[in-house]
Amino acid sequence: MKNNFLQKFYYGDIPEEKGASGQYTTSHDTTQWPLWEVFIRSKNGLDHKHAGSLHAADAQMAIENARDVYTRRMEGVSIWVVESKYITASNPEEAGELYEPAMDKIYRHPTFYELPDEVNHM
Amino acid sequence: MPVQHLEQIFQQKIDNETKIEAKDWMPDAYRKTNLRQISQHAHSEVVGMLPEGNWISRAPSLKRKAILLAKIQDEAGHGLYLYSAAETLGQSRDEMINDLHSGKAKYSSIFNYPTLSWADIGAIGWLVDGAAIMNQVMLTRTSYGPYARAMVRICKEESFHQRQGFEILLVLSRGSAEQKSMCQDAINRWWWPSLMMFGPRDSESTNSDMSMKWKIKRKSNDELRQNFVDMIAEQIKVLGMKLPDDHLQWNESRNHYDFGNINWDEFWNVVKGNGPCNKQRLDARRKAHEEGRWVREAAIAYAEKKNSKLKREEAA
Ligand SMILES: [Fe+2]
Ligand SMILES: [Fe+2]
Repeated sequence: MKNNFLQKFYYGDIPEEKGASGQYTTSHDTTQWPLWEVFIRSKNGLDHKHAGSLHAADAQMAIENARDVYTRRMEGVSIWVVESKYITASNPEEAGELYEPAMDKIYRHPTFYELPDEVNHM
Repeated sequence: MPVQHLEQIFQQKIDNETKIEAKDWMPDAYRKTNLRQISQHAHSEVVGMLPEGNWISRAPSLKRKAILLAKIQDEAGHGLYLYSAAETLGQSRDEMINDLHSGKAKYSSIFNYPTLSWADIGAIGWLVDGAAIMNQVMLTRTSYGPYARAMVRICKEESFHQRQGFEILLVLSRGSAEQKSMCQDAINRWWWPSLMMFGPRDSESTNSDMSMKWKIKRKSNDELRQNFVDMIAEQIKVLGMKLPDDHLQWNESRNHYDFGNINWDEFWNVVKGNGPCNKQRLDARRKAHEEGRWVREAAIAYAEKKNSKLKREEAA
């Protein structure tokens, strides 16, 4: 499908045919630094939370780069990094089947139980 | 599942304000549009470091130097967040950078203007970051999850950029006659290009706008531009300076400022590569990339060596 209905040139969205033509070619790097996912604990007592990703040659460099980009304003006290290729994600197309068993078990929620008003602190 | 059906589910999610995530099904055009917009946005952050970098060694005091360094470092981080968001759509970092260097991918034209005096650093922070913030605040609600999250992070960091810029101008505006005229001169040169940052007029969009339907964008170019003019026209009073537009005037009936015509020929000329600094900017980027290659390769070689040593020790 030709994407010809996108006629608006938003900030950072200039259609390529409107730009200068490229005469310059760079040689691609022969190797790429792998991609890492970064998780940050913002303060003790809280879980590590996904902060973003970055490229680095090894784990040590990934931690140092994560410090430089994700904790410049004291956003963290602890950093985890893991190479992205080791993360297995569930498939969103199977979300229906995957979470279906939880759907019909409303008795797992406290609101399922109707108790007389006199019962307090429960 | 037939494509029409998938498209329907997709549009329903958008209409219900459910974010689209990297592994979700999405129309090809949605992927392409996001990829182009996010990668161009990333390139803009990275190229945007160059005009400011020009003044690091010449900042008027140690304090200003430290602030400018911190701001530019933030911009590098913004580039990284955005490249990462773009990578989730299936293009490699290497390819994106190659497209920038070949001239195929664009970046915001504003960075093709030169920084001639120290006051320009103030004008950039106030006007250029100010215009970028208007866009970026809107984009924190964009429909593609990774892009929206990158924007939230970026917006948290941006407000210092605009404030430090304004403060630079404020100091100059209260200084000697020479400093005052530097201040006015920088505003004169950066005002119109800043307005161009929002892109062409809405009336130039002839067809229905998918970016709005897909909620990649939520406000039109003209709407954002008007908000920006209204904001700046008030702030400049504090500086005691003037915007270089004789048509700038408060319009009671519209409840907005009216302003003069933008020189669109200049805009397209700069987009096409003929701005004052297009060549210089790309040359600087290419040079940095080429000269950094040995560092990237050495780091990989070192990591591999360490790794195989570790494996041998484990085996022993
Ligand atoms: Fe930025
Ligand atoms: Fe900024």
